[in-house]
Amino acid sequence: MSLAMNEVTTRGAIAVRSVDKSYGTTQVLHEVDLDVAAGEVLVVIGPSGSGKSTLLRTINHLEKVDRGTISLDGELIGYKVRNGKLHERRESEILAQRTDVGMVFQNFNLFGHLTALQNIIEAPIHAKGVAKATAVARAKQLLARVGLADKADAYPRQLSGGQQQRVAIARALALDPKVVLFDEPTSALDPELVTEVLEVIKDLAKSGTTLIIVTHEIGFARDVADRIVFMDGGRVVEEGTPAEILGNPRNERTKSFLSKVIEPAFNI
Amino acid sequence: MPPAVKTTQAHAGQQPATEAVQEPSVAEDDPSSAPNSAAPNTATPNYADYAVVAARHPWRWVGTVIVVALAAAVLYSLVSNPRWEWGVVAQWFTAESILRGLGQTLKLTVISGSLGFLLGFILALMRLSSSPLFSSVSWTFSWIFRSTPLLVQLLLWYNLGYLYETIRLGVPFTSITFAEFQTTSLISQFAAAVLGLTLNQAAYSAEIIRGGILSVDQGQIEAATALGIPRWRRSTRIVLPQAMRAILPTAFNEIIGLVKGTSIVYVLAYSELFYTVQVIYNRTQQVLPMLLVATIWYIVITSVLSIAQYYIERHYSRGALRTLPPTPLQKLRSFISTHAPIRSTASSTASNTAPKGQS
Ligand SMILES: Nc1ncnc2c1ncn2[C@@H]1O[C@H](COP(=O)(O)OP(=O)(O)OP(=O)(O)O)[C@@H](O)[C@H]1O
Ligand SMILES: [Mg+2]
Repeated sequence: MSLAMNEVTTRGAIAVRSVDKSYGTTQVLHEVDLDVAAGEVLVVIGPSGSGKSTLLRTINHLEKVDRGTISLDGELIGYKVRNGKLHERRESEILAQRTDVGMVFQNFNLFGHLTALQNIIEAPIHAKGVAKATAVARAKQLLARVGLADKADAYPRQLSGGQQQRVAIARALALDPKVVLFDEPTSALDPELVTEVLEVIKDLAKSGTTLIIVTHEIGFARDVADRIVFMDGGRVVEEGTPAEILGNPRNERTKSFLSKVIEPAFNI
Repeated sequence: MPPAVKTTQAHAGQQPATEAVQEPSVAEDDPSSAPNSAAPNTATPNYADYAVVAARHPWRWVGTVIVVALAAAVLYSLVSNPRWEWGVVAQWFTAESILRGLGQTLKLTVISGSLGFLLGFILALMRLSSSPLFSSVSWTFSWIFRSTPLLVQLLLWYNLGYLYETIRLGVPFTSITFAEFQTTSLISQFAAAVLGLTLNQAAYSAEIIRGGILSVDQGQIEAATALGIPRWRRSTRIVLPQAMRAILPTAFNEIIGLVKGTSIVYVLAYSELFYTVQVIYNRTQQVLPMLLVATIWYIVITSVLSIAQYYIERHYSRGALRTLPPTPLQKLRSFISTHAPIRSTASSTASNTAPKGQS
């Protein structure tokens, strides 16, 4: 079930420029700047409520930013530049942009009334206009890649959590996205199911798709990340290679967060 | 914890015979409290070769006898009392005029039912939309049509010609006109009936559908949005089918209500089932048997709808249940094929519902 294929590409570069986002009076993102190179695997860590999910959601335009811009391969998400002004894109253009950005949720969010296969082919057919036969063939291929070739006709509730999350990953990949966003993909899973999902993501990391992964699995972050970003209070506090951030954090808040997350692991 | 487990196992291993003798005697003394009182000092003896004695439900049998006796009494009076005039019922039941009236009733139900629910769906989406205009238009619609009696609405639509002599299609506040109709020729009895029933039905079903949509997990919509699935497809393919589980029971209530509710259009002298029956008994004076004819037809339609409801609800519970329960037909077939008279599931469900059922 190796996902490592010779499709190493140079697409999927993301640039986040001084993004602010508030819900009512609480400001959730402060002047966030972030560059993700094409094919890079970026892991985002940080305490609860630090704005990690919100950042991912703005990249997919599920949330509008209040200020700043986000671009994918140089193209602004949600806006178009015309005559020196930012024009909001039409709904259909936003939908098309979303098909370039896959998203995997903490609670899987598989469509409960559709089988695994139907879950995967829905978006390629109706968001991208792929022919049904093509979409089905591709879906079966993807199910095989995540090790679930025999579960095509199972409904989500008939699958274990780990299997559901792997179907959800296959569903995100079916759109051939340039970037895949993972929001705590293993937090809702029993410990023994975490590995099977992380294995799939690790294989995906080798395939050259840009990945942004929010996770509390520090060991996994060390293995898979090209770069780690630590967020706190809606700001990017520190970023660097796994060795720098996990081995030798400079910021006090990073240190105290890591001591809470990592130490219990040493005691086992 | 582990030491405790060990001692009980050892205990059980040493004294299996005494445990085996004591347990059943406790159970016989006081069946209701047996599990609790036995629990604390239980070791874990091996019950593998004990025979299972099914729990007895004496009150269930008493209930069953009472219900059967009542049902028999009602049936006997229906059959034996000559004033029900079953001969007249049989003679008119499939008479051509009755069947024509029945056809009209079904036509009204199907047309205003489907138009009503379609409009209700759109109203529900409007109500849930982020546009304040859409949502207040939808709210106002439901408010008006739910707060006026259907009878009044029907008479208003039928008398629209008195209020507005002509209906003009054109650009408002200008003299540009594409077409102009006499209201009285446009609003027939049928049109008034369909308009009244549809709009009224739409107001109620909008609320039912809105409730169903709200019951669907927000994450489903979010996932569909993130996948770039267009808005209309999101509503019809992702949200609505899952909302159906909450919508269907109430929706069928509404449709069954609508079948009988169509009888109200007799005020427009529209010859649906109930009006037809009235015309006949005004002529023949056989009031009760004719009402019985109509009643039996309404029961037949409702029964068919109830069966349809069962299978449609089953269809929409795909994926929501890990395994679908067998249909009554499948149960019956397996019951006959295994031919075990004391199938626990079959007998318990039957006797469970018997005392409560409205037989
Ligand atoms: N729709 C919303 N309305 C109001 N406040 C919100 C909303 N969504 C998130 N927030 C607030 O924004 C802040 C950041 O939330 P976010 O979900 O991005 O945090 P997170 O870093 O993903 O946390 P976690 O690790 O617990 O998932 C929190 O304080 C949260 O309460
Ligand atoms: Mg989060």
